Amino acid sequence: MNIEQEILSVQQLDELVDLIKKFHGFDFSSYSKASLKRRVLRIMQNKKQAFYDLKHVLVNNQAFFQEFLDEITVNVTEMFRDPSFYKALNNQVIPYLSTYQHIKVWSAGCSSGEESYSLAILLNEAGLRKKSFIYGTDINSEMLKEARKGIYSLKKIKSYAENYQFSGLKGSLTDHFTIMYDAATVHSELKHNTLFSIHNLVSDAIFNEFQLISCRNVFIYFESELQEKILELFYNSLAPLGFLCMGSKETIRSDKFKKKFKVINSKENIYQKIVS
Amino acid sequence: MSLDNNIITRWQQSEYLLIGGSAGSFKLIFNIVKNLNANLNKAVIIVIHRKKNFFSEIEKLFAENSRISLREITDKEVVNKNTIYIAPANYHTLIERDGSFALDVSEAIWYSRPSIDVTFESASDVFDGKCTAILLSGANQDGAEGLLKLRNKGCLTIVQDPEDAEMPQMPLAAIEIDAAEYRLSSAEIFELLKT
Repeated sequence: MNIEQEILSVQQLDELVDLIKKFHGFDFSSYSKASLKRRVLRIMQNKKQAFYDLKHVLVNNQAFFQEFLDEITVNVTEMFRDPSFYKALNNQVIPYLSTYQHIKVWSAGCSSGEESYSLAILLNEAGLRKKSFIYGTDINSEMLKEARKGIYSLKKIKSYAENYQFSGLKGSLTDHFTIMYDAATVHSELKHNTLFSIHNLVSDAIFNEFQLISCRNVFIYFESELQEKILELFYNSLAPLGFLCMGSKETIRSDKFKKKFKVINSKENIYQKIVS
Repeated sequence: MSLDNNIITRWQQSEYLLIGGSAGSFKLIFNIVKNLNANLNKAVIIVIHRKKNFFSEIEKLFAENSRISLREITDKEVVNKNTIYIAPANYHTLIERDGSFALDVSEAIWYSRPSIDVTFESASDVFDGKCTAILLSGANQDGAEGLLKLRNKGCLTIVQDPEDAEMPQMPLAAIEIDAAEYRLSSAEIFELLKT
């Protein structure tokens, strides 16, 4: 039998995680290993690097680290990903939020900003733009630059527009963009309502109080203990009766936090903070 | 029919059954699900290529026709025996060393998310050869590389006979890189799974 040599062993992956923490200050030790390994292998294959080469450049080449970070943090995102989620948000949460004076939203793990702008569009169409503000955060500074620009290729916009249609919103996605040549830019009135900044869910603390936190398809990259730690951060960052939105295949597993949140929509994983 | 003792023994010793299918595999997977023994004593993980945003009743339809409990995978859920797991649309499904599922929304592979390769490769890391994997009809080459990795780890790897498959490309891609230990017709697959 042809037993393939292990290209990246469990120990080697741990070694890389330690090294990254020591040299670059990013802690991936509680990240889901299956996914992390796949990302690291991808880099090694693309760069044709063996494990020791990779270790060497990670220590000695600061510029390479940004490239590495871009690759291992998954930055695949869409506007109105899971249209049924946005539909639920519109029907079940927006009417509630509209009674507030100010609506502060945290889009955690926002990557290139698609989710943050989707929320901005939703609030805008509900007539709540002037009293809402969206904070988009991510650990990747390059992605945040993209988010601030708010420029997306027409090819992407076309697929986002399809999502938008499925979400049941009444307008048209392109109403919110200025289209030039092969790219679309988010209207500046929406950009004025957003702020994108660095925040690491693993190591950074509360920075504001929110009526809504959306953190979708980020928890899937974390091990259970880290998920619980971040749930604590979210719980403490939510205003009383604030809403927490998770990805449609993610769920609150910790018994402690199951008791602290009320399920608003079990299919779309929308929760509300219970005040005890 | 041509099932030898080796394939039967290794199937019976498997703790996991992985099934990957794409175009032309739906009816076959439905019938496999319908015919699996109630006391199978294995975990079954099914990855079918499916479009996002199309409201799908696959899980409901399958569950109504299965003798074993069947569910769509949720992140961090632990893989249990006597359960059929369906990979959700628009996510890749991976398996952690502790025997739980991990989902991932990274780039589509062969235009597919879920990708069969991703699940098979990840399973090859953790299932230690105690696994049977079947790659069925499909119009691209997803699953072939993953099947090879499983074979290299000592798993029992089977493709649907391309002549029997509605879309032969996927099984053919696996045969081309020598990822399949056996090629079986759908009738033979049913016979094996019944033993």
